[in-house]
Amino acid sequence: MGAMSKVKFGIVVFPGSNCDHDAYNVARHVMNQDAKFIWHKESSLGDADVIILPGGFSYGDYLRTGAIARFSPVMKEVVQFAKNGGTVIGICNGFQILLEAGLLPGVMLRNSSLQFVCKFIYLKVENPLTRFTSQCERGEVLKIPIAHGDGNYFADAGTIASLHEHNQIVFRYCSGSGEIDDVANPNGSLLNIAGIMNEEGNVLGMMPHPERASEPMLGSADGKKIFQSMIESLVLS
Amino acid sequence: MFQSNITVTLRKSILDPQGKAVEHAIHSLGYTLVEDVRIGKHIQLSINSPSKEEAERITDDVCKKLLANMVMEDYTFTVEKVR
Repeated sequence: MGAMSKVKFGIVVFPGSNCDHDAYNVARHVMNQDAKFIWHKESSLGDADVIILPGGFSYGDYLRTGAIARFSPVMKEVVQFAKNGGTVIGICNGFQILLEAGLLPGVMLRNSSLQFVCKFIYLKVENPLTRFTSQCERGEVLKIPIAHGDGNYFADAGTIASLHEHNQIVFRYCSGSGEIDDVANPNGSLLNIAGIMNEEGNVLGMMPHPERASEPMLGSADGKKIFQSMIESLVLS
Repeated sequence: MFQSNITVTLRKSILDPQGKAVEHAIHSLGYTLVEDVRIGKHIQLSINSPSKEEAERITDDVCKKLLANMVMEDYTFTVEKVR
């Protein structure tokens, strides 16, 4: 991709997606790139460079979060795109769909409080050497909101060890000063995990919403760094 | 026609916060002999298959592929002829 051309974001829309327009707005109007919506019944992703699985309540969260969306026709293409090394980011419900689709390991349990939690939290960048975080420093603290009822990340001990070994834990919940402890954990996630990527490093899932925190008037523009990282990784490649 | 009755529950090794909350409520009603509460889902399938074995095989497949997430849930089921 040449330095002059724009990155094309493809934002998948499931029945019940509700952060699709926020993602579109950031890609197109904040980052000044190309963006288009991809209806979940499509059988092609077109010429998209990045696929965003947005937040929301696909299929009303029936059965389990993300469990039905993963069988949408477009998901076959998303899986193929990911297997070919394409950049895929799943945000909140998008993360849950990536887990159900087997593109990322583990599951989401109900929040340990049993409450839906909607608030700004802090997350620590554990791995800045990714195509999603290259614009961040190691250990940098980002202020980004969460809004979910099922964000309690769980995986068996073997999976957690493997995530560690391959530096796949990208974000962890922390305090404003960067301490990672139970007080800063909003949902009971194992090891305060807020975001992970696959071993190959091209698929990221995160519960916090960078698309809701990419303009100062919304309370934080830290989410912009994640969009900027993805854009840089494609423009420079 | 066969009917499958499926129960999906969180694995024993996974804390069930809903079950815990209900357990506390049961205790506050005075039923202190109740020791453990687990909450799950009950799913019924009507299956137009020629044999019970086929209905069981379909039920098992559907549980594995969709109805239960084997990372966190277990499932059990019974299949009976309904007509």
